Amino acid sequence: MSDITKQSLSELVKNIKDKKLSSEEVTKAFINRSEKSKELNAYITEDYSSALEKAKKFDQKPNLELKLPGIPMAVKDLFCTDSIRTTAGSKILNNFVPTYESTVTQNIWNEGAILLGKLNCDEFAMGSSNETSFFGNVQNPIDKNLVPGGSSGGSASAVAGQLTPITIGTDTGGSIRQPASFTGTVGLKPTYGSCSRYGIVAFASSLDQAGPMAQNVKDCALLQEVISTYDPKDSTSIDFKRNEYSKELSKNIKGKKIGIPKEYRVDGMPQEIEELWQKGIQYAKDCGAEIVDISLPHTSYALPTYYIVAPAEASSNLARYDGVKYGFRAKGENLTDMYEKTRSEGFGAEVQRRIMIGTYVLSSGYYDAYYLKAQKVRKLIKNDFDEAYKKVDAILTPSTPSSAFKIGEKKDDPVSMYLNDIFTVPVNLAGLPGISIPAGHDAKGYPLGLQIIGKAFDEQNILNIAYAMEEKINFKNKITDWWIK
Amino acid sequence: MSKNKSDYLINRKDNQYEVVIGLEVHAQVTSESKLFSASSTKFGAEPNTQVSLVDAAFPGMLPVINEFCVKQAIKTGIGLNAKINNRSVFDRKNYFYADLPQGYQISQFKDPIVGEGKVILDMPDGQKEVGIERLHLEQDAGKSIHDLDPQNTFVDLNRSGVALMEIVSKPDLRSPDEVSAYIKKLRSIMRYLGTCDGNMQEGSLRADVNVSVRAKGSKEFGTRCEIKNVNSIKFMQMAIEYEANRQVDLIEEGKSIDQETRLFDTKKNETRSMRSKEDAHDYRYFPDPDLLPLEVSNEFINQLKTDIPELPDDKKKRFIEEFKLSPYEANILVSDIDTGKYFEEVVAKMGKNKDIKLAVNWITGELFAVLNNKNLEISQSPISAKNLAILVNLIKNGTISGKIAKTVFELMMDGDKDPQKIVEEKGLKQQSDPKALEALIDKIINDNRDKAIEYKQGKEKLFGFFVGQAMKVSGGKANPQLINEILKKKLQ
Repeated sequence: MSDITKQSLSELVKNIKDKKLSSEEVTKAFINRSEKSKELNAYITEDYSSALEKAKKFDQKPNLELKLPGIPMAVKDLFCTDSIRTTAGSKILNNFVPTYESTVTQNIWNEGAILLGKLNCDEFAMGSSNETSFFGNVQNPIDKNLVPGGSSGGSASAVAGQLTPITIGTDTGGSIRQPASFTGTVGLKPTYGSCSRYGIVAFASSLDQAGPMAQNVKDCALLQEVISTYDPKDSTSIDFKRNEYSKELSKNIKGKKIGIPKEYRVDGMPQEIEELWQKGIQYAKDCGAEIVDISLPHTSYALPTYYIVAPAEASSNLARYDGVKYGFRAKGENLTDMYEKTRSEGFGAEVQRRIMIGTYVLSSGYYDAYYLKAQKVRKLIKNDFDEAYKKVDAILTPSTPSSAFKIGEKKDDPVSMYLNDIFTVPVNLAGLPGISIPAGHDAKGYPLGLQIIGKAFDEQNILNIAYAMEEKINFKNKITDWWIK
Repeated sequence: MSKNKSDYLINRKDNQYEVVIGLEVHAQVTSESKLFSASSTKFGAEPNTQVSLVDAAFPGMLPVINEFCVKQAIKTGIGLNAKINNRSVFDRKNYFYADLPQGYQISQFKDPIVGEGKVILDMPDGQKEVGIERLHLEQDAGKSIHDLDPQNTFVDLNRSGVALMEIVSKPDLRSPDEVSAYIKKLRSIMRYLGTCDGNMQEGSLRADVNVSVRAKGSKEFGTRCEIKNVNSIKFMQMAIEYEANRQVDLIEEGKSIDQETRLFDTKKNETRSMRSKEDAHDYRYFPDPDLLPLEVSNEFINQLKTDIPELPDDKKKRFIEEFKLSPYEANILVSDIDTGKYFEEVVAKMGKNKDIKLAVNWITGELFAVLNNKNLEISQSPISAKNLAILVNLIKNGTISGKIAKTVFELMMDGDKDPQKIVEEKGLKQQSDPKALEALIDKIINDNRDKAIEYKQGKEKLFGFFVGQAMKVSGGKANPQLINEILKKKLQ
């Protein structure tokens, strides 16, 4: 089989189970393509030789009952991996090698998958273009010098460029869905509490969720089924009945009520995004869904709320990177001097900006006006969704207000960068599941995504809607392999 | 206005000042493992051998609340007659220090697990109620060791993450003696409950002391200073004494007191400024997003209430009623859970014909003296309750005199010997045969005729001489009561 890397996860699993392909063949194919794709800069750390060893070992005694039998997979470098360097895209963890495994990655290895390497991301997942990574930009396989989105930019680039059949990212304000949208791939942010945060380098604890990124909805459902487990090691993990999402996947969404929130029609939104949305509404109707106009009145407050809550938590979560215990340490005259030098040399500009914002909004005298108020607004945003879900089963919106932009284009304009998350952050603030599926192209031929937002714990429903719409949309990603010489 | 015995006032020329004290006591929760991790809390282990990835704040590590520590805090709250809050919240207190791996301490700020309560102190002039403001759970930090190397500071994280209860009193204390009584009472309650061992040497109990002064009779509070981390009752008393006088001197000089945090220098016996209010940390407290609010149901609390043993105040009441003890005696016996236990065991072993008063005297007298001398806890007493009960009974039934009992007591300490056996082996049994004693006394009177005549002529002091002679001749074994009776008869 020549085009192994073009196969979807589901095809690869079937071929391995049918013994048409060995894990070694598949692993080799993805390693070869990854090695030819260095220009994408998707990897921070490669682990190819041990991946090959594991593949060979798998083939010697293949357990074909597993859900990911011998499937090679690269993961975002925010997941701690035992004995494999984990950097979170930061200089401050440049030399950090965990002695433990995140629950989510452990779940993946338990189902037979094999680690290919660690994928690039924005530093501490703070960014929407993968430009804040200490390890450099990531190229979008769609076009040269195009950002892949962020923060899971390396993950999106690797899936779209077929460097890995599937991957996992993390999503705090859109970090799975926005890059999925920018690269023509599928990305799911599960309900808060669905996937354990144990062993994931924390950005904003009350918002962070791991989730699958894939070439299609079915693959996404399969990986979600693997990574979502109740974990007592994470106090915010929720013990609810989890579906076998891929098995229960259904295109029958007849009679499902899908809400269209008028507040998502924001000022200055490009016409092609509006058109994409209208097309999406038509697809949903074609699938037998019923369209209902709804209102989420506090939507416009979501972004400012997010940019208070997330930096506040981050400023505290990142306090542990102080040069004392692990990671980068700069020399200092005394303890305070060491702290200052370590943190100003170890953290990049965007991370420092967010630490400053977070420190400010938590300061005495400002706490009530910023952090406390933001928490109240967050509750109102959650209430908006609760109200809407009395009338509808899911909500359909664009994933992003634009397609992918050029590297460097927004780097010096944080506010315009933050606006990228305008449609995705409300979902994190409300703790809901959201999936982005590719739904069309803009005038430049860049992919555009639609987002389906579900009720809490209702991943199956939005996966089903995405699955049904995916067939109608029949999206084809235009990847020219421009980076392969 | 009546002057109480315990009034502690600072006098200057024409002015009298009252001292106002509030305490923040940090009590280490008795628990095998830490507040948010499974690491051991055992004292005295090799540095950094009881540290989990959570305690050392590795990336991606998350805290998980230890239910046992929550139960311990609630039990303590019940012991302090306090309101248990059904919902409490863990917050992060953010600051940088080398022995604080997370860069924040998980504590409870706005919503503590335990609300207002009270404890009763027994002071020489009566009871005094001290209000409890709150009790909250928090993590301890690690330990920075500065004196092992001239250039470097070493950090030991064994203590990092150990559960502490911070018990905040209202500013109800008025003297060093009240502070001492308060700490002892808190310690006693927690030891009864098994929630804190109260060991101040190992740092299981330490306190921040807030001190202010005001003119006697004034209702306004003065500006307070906080003396950080004082780890013995004696040092607390010394620190208060020094600090109150320092503040009074400032006022007398017409100067104002700065609100600040101070340290007590135990070598120089003085407090020193550590940081002023302006330099106070901004801890940026906010709810820890890694932990959900802690919710405890009334059923859960009520279940714990059934686990609460009899506490010192109730035990004292019972001792007074059941054993007819004086409040003073009862107080001594209940102050420590093991003392009360020992006393009740002695009472039980004494059987029907018991002399409780005598038992109390032996416990609080001879036994306490020995324990003090040897620096032992009552649980390590060289004499068991059973054998002390036998000894008291031997005195009570006239087998030995009180004086001989002291000799027997000394001998008992060597391997907790049975006093009955000692009396038999050493032939210490009291001579209580009236005929033998009469003969003995007749001989003494015969040998000292002159003195007997003097006595009869009115020199009554000489009675003691005859008693002494009788005891001497009998080797101390003569029953003193019988000797008295017979002598009186014979010398008439």
